[in-house]
Amino acid sequence: MHYLFAPGLWSSSPVRVAVLVGTVVAITSAVVGVFTVIRGQSFAGHSLADVATTGGSGAFLVGLDQFWGFLAFGVAAAIILEVIGVQRRRGRDVTTGVVLGGALGVAALFLYLGSQHSSTTGASFTVLFGSIFVIQSSTIPALIASGVIALVVVVALSRVLLLSSLSPDVAVARGVPVRTVGAAYLVALAISVSLSSVAIGAVLSTALLIGPAATALRVAKSPVRAMFTAAVIGVAVTWIGIVLAYDSYYWPPHGHSWPVSFFIVALVVLAYLLTYLRRPADRRSPERDDLGAAGTARPEVEVGA
Amino acid sequence: MSEPMPPAVADAVAADELLRLDGVTVRLGGREVLHDVSFTIRPGEFTGLIGPNGAGKTTILRVILGLLPPSAGTVTVAGAPIGGHRHRRGQSVIGYVPQKLLIEPDMPLRVRDVVALGIDGNRLGVPFPSRARRELVDQTLRSVGADGYADARVGELSGGEQQRVMIAHALISRPRLLLLDEPLANLDIRSAQGIVAVLAKLAREQQIAVLISAHDMNPLAPVMDRIVYVAAGRAAVGSSDEVLRTDVLSRLYGQHVDVLRVHGRVVIVAGESGEDAGSPHDVAGQPDPVYGSGVA
Repeated sequence: MHYLFAPGLWSSSPVRVAVLVGTVVAITSAVVGVFTVIRGQSFAGHSLADVATTGGSGAFLVGLDQFWGFLAFGVAAAIILEVIGVQRRRGRDVTTGVVLGGALGVAALFLYLGSQHSSTTGASFTVLFGSIFVIQSSTIPALIASGVIALVVVVALSRVLLLSSLSPDVAVARGVPVRTVGAAYLVALAISVSLSSVAIGAVLSTALLIGPAATALRVAKSPVRAMFTAAVIGVAVTWIGIVLAYDSYYWPPHGHSWPVSFFIVALVVLAYLLTYLRRPADRRSPERDDLGAAGTARPEVEVGA
Repeated sequence: MSEPMPPAVADAVAADELLRLDGVTVRLGGREVLHDVSFTIRPGEFTGLIGPNGAGKTTILRVILGLLPPSAGTVTVAGAPIGGHRHRRGQSVIGYVPQKLLIEPDMPLRVRDVVALGIDGNRLGVPFPSRARRELVDQTLRSVGADGYADARVGELSGGEQQRVMIAHALISRPRLLLLDEPLANLDIRSAQGIVAVLAKLAREQQIAVLISAHDMNPLAPVMDRIVYVAAGRAAVGSSDEVLRTDVLSRLYGQHVDVLRVHGRVVIVAGESGEDAGSPHDVAGQPDPVYGSGVA
């Protein structure tokens, strides 16, 4: 309790796996998250996490690693979201609400059946709040590969994503297949959410997605710097969270570690709050020329009479 | 009206034409929003796309950009017809300045980032920062008078500043035709005049053709070479004197309007309702009761 790095930290195999996987997850989530925030799709991230919960609990029920459930349901939901989102503007909120409620309801059933079946009470916790210390070694390569794929997709699309966020019309006029790009991005988002669900749980996964990105966007001056800053913040909170969770074994109540998800999410929130201590970004307005009421202004002045 | 030209003739004419619309008609949801619109634009020409809100100005711009396929008629950009199977969007002949940006004020997208997206924002991968790239951005920003806020976040700028930035964004790929969708809407007079001066200079010095839509032609009057006046989905094309006439605009609106000249300015006044033969087309875009238009 007197030291930050408790005895046995680095010799512990679960910790080494947690640091390795946690780093990949943190970087992927942070970089994908920067575009999630810029595109105003935080809610999409949360929706995918809800649906992924169903997948994760279903996978647990049939004896698969929950990552595959997160991934399959997340990616399927991303594709459905793209189809609904573009073609049916009206009623989207209601549809989404009903679908997400249904997804979580099914997840509750799966988790209940699963715990009855195998009498493992830990499953609900693992799916909902993460399992970074109990990752099966057979899943590690898949986790890392998925993270790299999502990262590469988003970085490759970064300029196109920025341009279509700025003005979809300009993007289309310049030959950008906006829908395909949007769909590819949502799939990368689903992968990222699945990874984050493995690390800190489906319920908390958006914290790692949105938190570091939102923090970075408050302090960074350009999109590229925002991506780097978010990645650094994500990795830092993950590492510190892992160390604190390991240390907490010696904290009261003795003999039980606190959940790592708690530490990571708490640090994410802390980092975000710290940005409010900085002075606000210098806002300049030498040439305010908007005419308050939009659309109605019509200057009544002679020009070149 | 105008017959479609045989390809050989079109090629010959195209050398001197940047843009040609031939009998463009657009139907959306069973409604005809554009009817038989034809006009051409030459290099360095400053053309005002004028008309009331809802008349079809934006539709014309979208057709030219290839965002909307015409139901009939053809659009030819720098000699190449668009809308065909082989047409590829994203040609650098046209630069487009949209009406509105969808970026939140607190996003760290600097002015220079936005302008750099004009170079290769439609491509995959990550650009390598280079001195040449940076200088090109700076130089383009200077040409529109926006170099003073190159490092500011674009979402924090005023409407007029954002317009300048988006003009720089469109200019950096060296287009020969610049399309602007209502760039002067919601700007105060001074900012509007500033934007018009920048555009007129580009047309004059770099021979960039400018097609600018506006519901108010006042600020454009001193620099417009030609007017494409759009009302009720139809267009009248020519110089100010040819277009801003009672007979021409009455025919266009499908109802009687008076074009009055007051102290060198033009004011368009709607006639009594039902006074004239109604439009054969059920289309949007009725004239405003009193419509001010300054003419040099």
